[in-house]
Amino acid sequence: MLLRHTPKEVIAREGLTINPAKTCQPIGAMYAALGIHGCLPHSHGSQGCCSYHRSTLTRHYKEPVMAATSSFTEGASVFGGQANLLAAIETIFSVYEPDIIAVHSTCLSETIGDDLQQITKKAKDDGKIPEGKYVIYASTPSFVGSHVTGYANMVTGIAEQFAQSTGEKKDQINIIAGWMEPSDMREIKKLAKEFGVKIVLFPDTSDVLDAPQTGKHEFYPKGGTTIEELKSIGDSTASLALGCISAEPAAIALEKKCKVPFETVDMPIGLSATDRFIMSFSQATGVQVPDEITAERGRLVDVMTDMEQYFYGKKVALFGDPDQLIPLTEFLLDLNMKPIHIVSGTPGQRFEKRMKEVLERIPEANFKNGLNADMFLLHQWMKNEPVDLLIGNTYGKYIARDENVPFLRFGFPILDRIGHSYFPNIGYSGSLRLVEKILSAFMDRQDREALEEKFELVM
Amino acid sequence: MEANIHFPDPSKVREELTQRYPAKVAKKRTKSIIINDPETIPEVQANVRTVPGIITQRGCSYAGCKGVVLGPTRDIVNIVHGPIGCSFYAWLTRRNQTRPETPEHENYITYCFSTDMQEENVVFGGEKKLKQAIQEAYDLFHPKSIAIFSTCPVGLIGDDVHAASKEMREKFGDCNVFGFSCEGYRGVSQSAGHHIANNGVFKHMVGRNNTPSEGKFKLNLLGEYNIGGDAFEIERILEKAGITLVASFSGNSTVGQLENAHTADLNVIMCHRSINYMGEMMETKYGIPWMKVNFVGAESTAKSLRKIAEYFGDEELKARVEEVIAEEMPKVKAVIDDIRPRTEGKTAMLFVGGSRAHHYQDLFTELGMTTVAAGYEFAHRDDYEGRHVLPSIKVDADSKNIEELKIVADPELYQPRKTEAELEALKEKGLEINGYEGMMKQMMKKSLVVDDVSHYESEKLIEIYKPDIFCAGIKEKYVVQKMGVPLKQLHSYDYGGPYTGFVGATNFYRDIDRMVNNPVWKLIKAPWEKAGNPKGAELEATYVTQ
Repeated sequence: MLLRHTPKEVIAREGLTINPAKTCQPIGAMYAALGIHGCLPHSHGSQGCCSYHRSTLTRHYKEPVMAATSSFTEGASVFGGQANLLAAIETIFSVYEPDIIAVHSTCLSETIGDDLQQITKKAKDDGKIPEGKYVIYASTPSFVGSHVTGYANMVTGIAEQFAQSTGEKKDQINIIAGWMEPSDMREIKKLAKEFGVKIVLFPDTSDVLDAPQTGKHEFYPKGGTTIEELKSIGDSTASLALGCISAEPAAIALEKKCKVPFETVDMPIGLSATDRFIMSFSQATGVQVPDEITAERGRLVDVMTDMEQYFYGKKVALFGDPDQLIPLTEFLLDLNMKPIHIVSGTPGQRFEKRMKEVLERIPEANFKNGLNADMFLLHQWMKNEPVDLLIGNTYGKYIARDENVPFLRFGFPILDRIGHSYFPNIGYSGSLRLVEKILSAFMDRQDREALEEKFELVM
Repeated sequence: MEANIHFPDPSKVREELTQRYPAKVAKKRTKSIIINDPETIPEVQANVRTVPGIITQRGCSYAGCKGVVLGPTRDIVNIVHGPIGCSFYAWLTRRNQTRPETPEHENYITYCFSTDMQEENVVFGGEKKLKQAIQEAYDLFHPKSIAIFSTCPVGLIGDDVHAASKEMREKFGDCNVFGFSCEGYRGVSQSAGHHIANNGVFKHMVGRNNTPSEGKFKLNLLGEYNIGGDAFEIERILEKAGITLVASFSGNSTVGQLENAHTADLNVIMCHRSINYMGEMMETKYGIPWMKVNFVGAESTAKSLRKIAEYFGDEELKARVEEVIAEEMPKVKAVIDDIRPRTEGKTAMLFVGGSRAHHYQDLFTELGMTTVAAGYEFAHRDDYEGRHVLPSIKVDADSKNIEELKIVADPELYQPRKTEAELEALKEKGLEINGYEGMMKQMMKKSLVVDDVSHYESEKLIEIYKPDIFCAGIKEKYVVQKMGVPLKQLHSYDYGGPYTGFVGATNFYRDIDRMVNNPVWKLIKAPWEKAGNPKGAELEATYVTQ
């Protein structure tokens, strides 16, 4: 057994987190910044932070992940990191020539009280930021929130620091992407195209973290939301924020700064959440839902009706991030399955409130988020009430193997498979892909374990 | 030795590599970019701060301490005191394989433990939460050992992990709890963390169990972390030769082995950078000499085995070692005879680690390939130039704050395994006793040595030299491959391996053959990109014939 020391009996813990269902804020800020065209993320902390974040993102995407660091030493930690950041800004603009440097803080620089706003202002005053170039920032101490809130903070920083109101509205809406894959962002743009509507999607990691092999390394790949687009978001008619934890804060900031009205919808994962997204999109733009999208929806429902017998009553355990878990749990219920154990390390009361609503039909379901809501607890719950399917990031494979449970990789990070960044997980087509994967997991198991006389040709 | 392949003008290369840097940065980097001469061995600037803003391969002290040295021992509960990220990123990502004695034996490597420090802990102190976490780990698992690793905020807010560990150790009585001040900002790279880890393991583990170990020829393997099963292959070979492995620091190791390590009669060192401190301290305290070996490469493995036999000076052992080599080598030769015609004359670059960029050159030599440029990520001058430069290395502010333990001979346990005269005689026979000659002596004249290579410099090097293969780590992997050059990861082995010993060498030969000769590199351009503009002519009726 890989996790042989995990006992069945659950004892409450207060000090020790074991096998976390989250990681720290800065990696989220780094990921968000990669969704801006010509932007180099910068980690204001010691080298290890930047190295770990780049490594994890690289393992997930199998793509170059460029980012710089302030390379703190003990001296900087005692005397403050201003000199390091100023030196970094100078070096970066001369060597790597980005249009934007997106600085995020770390637990180290936050503990010593470095003020990114003040330091970037000083960099500007000292003439270290070339004409037409930008240094933006977000505060992302690792001892607050999780990778998801770190993403939200950087997206908020992007919105606040670029948006302008010219007083003239543009015929476009903003779509603020919660933490999703490049494939999902590509899918959003495809849907908008089918509607025939102009959107500004930010951040947008498509064509950045799924870049083609051309024989040439593009330091700044062609994707990413452009500065021009970002400046225009203050003039958009509305914003749709996809996810209440990872996207909504940016929508609120934009409303405050430029009076752009917004609506928050769940990330469009599964049938019901995608329905709500499409309805909201149609309302916000005043454009009727195109027939092609209705047909796409129909194909998803068709598979759900065709294969309904395989889903009924199947128990599921899930772990991951709130903006994904909420609609995904709802989708499992639409499929007539039973999500019964759910954890997320990301703190916040929104999760609990929404989960209560979503799980109304299953009062016995266990769910927990925030401190000590970790995979160790989830595994213990599974030992007490076994499930038919486990859904979560790659670390779930250790539990899945020990408990002999089919496993669907979903979320961040996925370190041992490809596909998540190339094929959408959202919208009707993404949901159809999820259905296919869930079915395959069940059916592969049935094929592997069925008695010879019960081995089915047609399923 | 003059290279028979064409090297570009080295001074021009240097200029090209540094021209985009601000003047001060260029001046600093120039001292770390050196044209090699194995006869005179020029000085390389190493183990100095990376310039802020430079995209570096380097990580932090915590990574070197917890990730590298302590991570591979399976029966310690390693609790990371700090915000969640540090523990999360070091969770299983280094591929340290381990093989518990039975399915019931302890193995915590698959677990990730953290105090998940919150803002209130940073403001009001985290010691209380740390002690709570240690208690909970003890209650849940009753491990033999619990180790605590400090992350950046811990040192800054003044949490005393050593006092907390001591308090809990005394409270439990049957669990050895100890801490490491390996905050990420210490030193200039992972290297500081290796040193801190060595100190802690030496102070808190080595020497706790004086039960004499069994066996006639007893050694410890230092600086081998069992990535991809490397230690398993070395264990196999040692066992076959009748040599007893008392402890491995720290691949596939247990607390019990480390505590008993001082009963061995020789320390052999693989990764000099990460563990030479341990070799030195054990020699001073217990009288166990250390010797540099290299089990990467089939010839190197044979050589290392012969050196070990020479050290023990036993004719029977020498004969046994020859038998093992004679038995293993034909299998290696069969593979290399098949592969070498396809790899001969190709070129490699290695920018990785603190020893690997040296060790793996042996494998490339066996493949008939030339290393045109190499450098370490976090090594010191002695790893480049040899240990004889140690007295001339200036101790700067960043090294000064890493503790140097004052070790003296143990009044009871100190027992020199060899006399001074015996050691001198062994050195004369070419054994690197208490010594290491470094990477540069082995590299060709006019080849390039670059310490702490930056992203910008790597791209330039690839453009200039167009190597057939580039060796580095995960952060560099897809950058280099996007340039159409295969990259072999020498931290994770691209999830393959082992690469040590005789079996490992053949694994490596096959992997490199596959990578440099993979037809996919010729498929990058689409046919229409090569064809030029379409003519717009009407299609003629053609048939695909069988």
